[in-house]
Amino acid sequence: MGASSEEKQRPRHADPPKSTLDRRSFIGALGLAGIGVATRATSAAAQTPGVAEVGVLVDTTKCAGCRMCEVACAQANGLPMPDHSPEALAQERTMSETQRTVVNRYETDKGTVSVKKQCMHCVQPACASACLTRAMLKTHEGPVVWRGNKCMGCRFCMVSCPFNVPKFEYHSANPKIEKCTLCWERLNEGQEPACVANCPMKALTFGKRTDLLREARKRIVENPDRYIDHIYGEQEVGGTSWMYLSAVPFEQLRFRTDLGTEAYPTLTKNFLYAVPVVLTLVPGFLLAVSNATKRGDESSEGET
Amino acid sequence: MTTASLPSNKIDIVGEGKNFLRFILRELKPKGKLLTPFNAISIPIIALAAILLFIRFTKGLGSITNLSQEYPWGLWIGFDVITGVAFAGGAYVLTFIVYILHVEKYHPIVRVTVLNGLLAYIFYAGALLLDLGRPWHVINPVIGNSFGVSSVLFLVAWHFMLYMMAEFLEFSPAIAEWLGWRRIRKVLGSLTLGAVIFGICLSILHQSGLGALYLMAKGKIHPLWYSEFIPILFLVSSIFAGLSMVIFEGSISRKVFKYKMSHEHHIKHDDIVLGLAKICAGTMFIYLFLKLLVFVHGQHADLLMTPMGYWYLLEIVGFVAVPCILFVHAVRSGKVSVARVAAILSLLGIVLNRLNVSIIAFKWDAAVRYVPTWMEVEVTLAVICAEIWVFRWIVNRMPVLSESPAWVLGRASRPSGITDISRRHGIDRLKKEA
Repeated sequence: MGASSEEKQRPRHADPPKSTLDRRSFIGALGLAGIGVATRATSAAAQTPGVAEVGVLVDTTKCAGCRMCEVACAQANGLPMPDHSPEALAQERTMSETQRTVVNRYETDKGTVSVKKQCMHCVQPACASACLTRAMLKTHEGPVVWRGNKCMGCRFCMVSCPFNVPKFEYHSANPKIEKCTLCWERLNEGQEPACVANCPMKALTFGKRTDLLREARKRIVENPDRYIDHIYGEQEVGGTSWMYLSAVPFEQLRFRTDLGTEAYPTLTKNFLYAVPVVLTLVPGFLLAVSNATKRGDESSEGET
Repeated sequence: MTTASLPSNKIDIVGEGKNFLRFILRELKPKGKLLTPFNAISIPIIALAAILLFIRFTKGLGSITNLSQEYPWGLWIGFDVITGVAFAGGAYVLTFIVYILHVEKYHPIVRVTVLNGLLAYIFYAGALLLDLGRPWHVINPVIGNSFGVSSVLFLVAWHFMLYMMAEFLEFSPAIAEWLGWRRIRKVLGSLTLGAVIFGICLSILHQSGLGALYLMAKGKIHPLWYSEFIPILFLVSSIFAGLSMVIFEGSISRKVFKYKMSHEHHIKHDDIVLGLAKICAGTMFIYLFLKLLVFVHGQHADLLMTPMGYWYLLEIVGFVAVPCILFVHAVRSGKVSVARVAAILSLLGIVLNRLNVSIIAFKWDAAVRYVPTWMEVEVTLAVICAEIWVFRWIVNRMPVLSESPAWVLGRASRPSGITDISRRHGIDRLKKEA
């Protein structure tokens, strides 16, 4: 466990843990965190993303599939208890507007493997760059959070997310976007995320992303028979705060391995760069053409 | 803006104000028969939609739509907004031709096209509000500190808003003529070129921007439709989508509003349609060429022999290549009716293309596919009906299809084949119709 076990007790490194935090100052803190935050692809790249951020390393070889994390998540976030009936567990479950994390069992080459899935908290999140009100926000510390006082419910984050994480309350007149926040409120109180704190198998490790990567590499090097040489989330979509170790190729755990290593916001970067170019060059050009083609007998006035 | 800005003498301002109010009240009343076939169909549709929308706003989007966690955007975005805005592309293309290139031939149809564009934006982009989960925050990207400048949707939202204003400015001389505001008409007329230039820039950006919305849906859209060039494809296709709509709409208006149409407009109609057909054929050829480049670049030839591949070929061959050839045929043979058929086919092609990108090829491999409920279709129909109502109201009152009043024509250098139609406060017209 090395470096990361030290981090466990003190998840926030920059600031001392805040114990009392009412809602207003929480939102205020979010606002402060938002200043200069890497929602823009360009600024994110300039800040060498992923260095100061926290994340979680999931060792799928340790997960027993007990689903305690699901229960802990529901309790911590005031959501209904997950349905663990045999009928519900018979098929692959997905996250929903009432369940921010799910554990599924997959039949693989090396037997049954259980995998917990939730928001990956991308280093450069598509959802945050898609959000036109900055309701979806990548905090300095790493978690991607949703702010109800900004969101207009357009669901563009859902269209953009490569992992299909954000969920929408379709049956509410005041709908919210539901997704894992990496227990942002608990982090601010100096606690670990609820799922990490309640994992009996120690399959989840919370810490600084860079430390987690070091720890993951160490495990792969020390146990070459136990793990494949791939940390899911190290490179995928430009890196994610949640990362996974596995004994079998990630396709067998129903991870998307075709997403590439390019951060999603760069997909729209070229288009957005074209905007100021069009707005500055085209008007002058049009005006020139209009003048050049004007007939002599026309009045200077426009006319419809 | 009402009484004070009337260009009359200041002494009789109260009397003028009363006259003006009386005029507005009279104009607000419906003209002609109430029980027309269109009214008989559209009134129940709109009434039913009002009930459905009440349910939608009290019980949530899921109560009347089939939207899901897999398909966050359905018919209201894919058809109303994405397709509707492409159809409204005629306004920026025609204003470019008439005000920038000064091709006078198309002048008679500029106003009606701009009006159609403006109403399309108001109603179809306005339909976006129905789809927002938290519409009371719609103002957030406009005021305050919630500018998501890295978002394509932020750009599209702002451009919609600004473009509506530009189009309103472009159309405003018609309103001034209707109200008889001569001095204001002069000022508004002088703003047209600026509004046109601004409008064209905004259109280039948001027509392509609607395609750029799907850039981050990489891996969710079928590879035959996903491409980094979606924005360019959307922009180029909006040109012939818009012009096809102008041809289609013109052929209907010609019948329905025959009594309103100016003599000049009537004479030139066929010539205009064939000219537009020429532009359509040209841009469709460019579009097909771009599609071919994208297809070769994408290296997905193997996917053509799958069901989605056949569907792709149907869209490209049946609804782009075929209407393109028909447009060429129409121009060569001078047959307006062929151009109309081509326009309808190319409009269907645009519907197909936009729905493919936004719904059909979107998560094409999902276990449960999105199919709109009858209620989503119903609300969409109501939006279209409401737009036609407003269009009809305006066309019946303002000089849109008809000539501008004499006091405008007298000043301008525009050739005019018809006699004086004084329309100060529309009184003459009222007599004529009564």
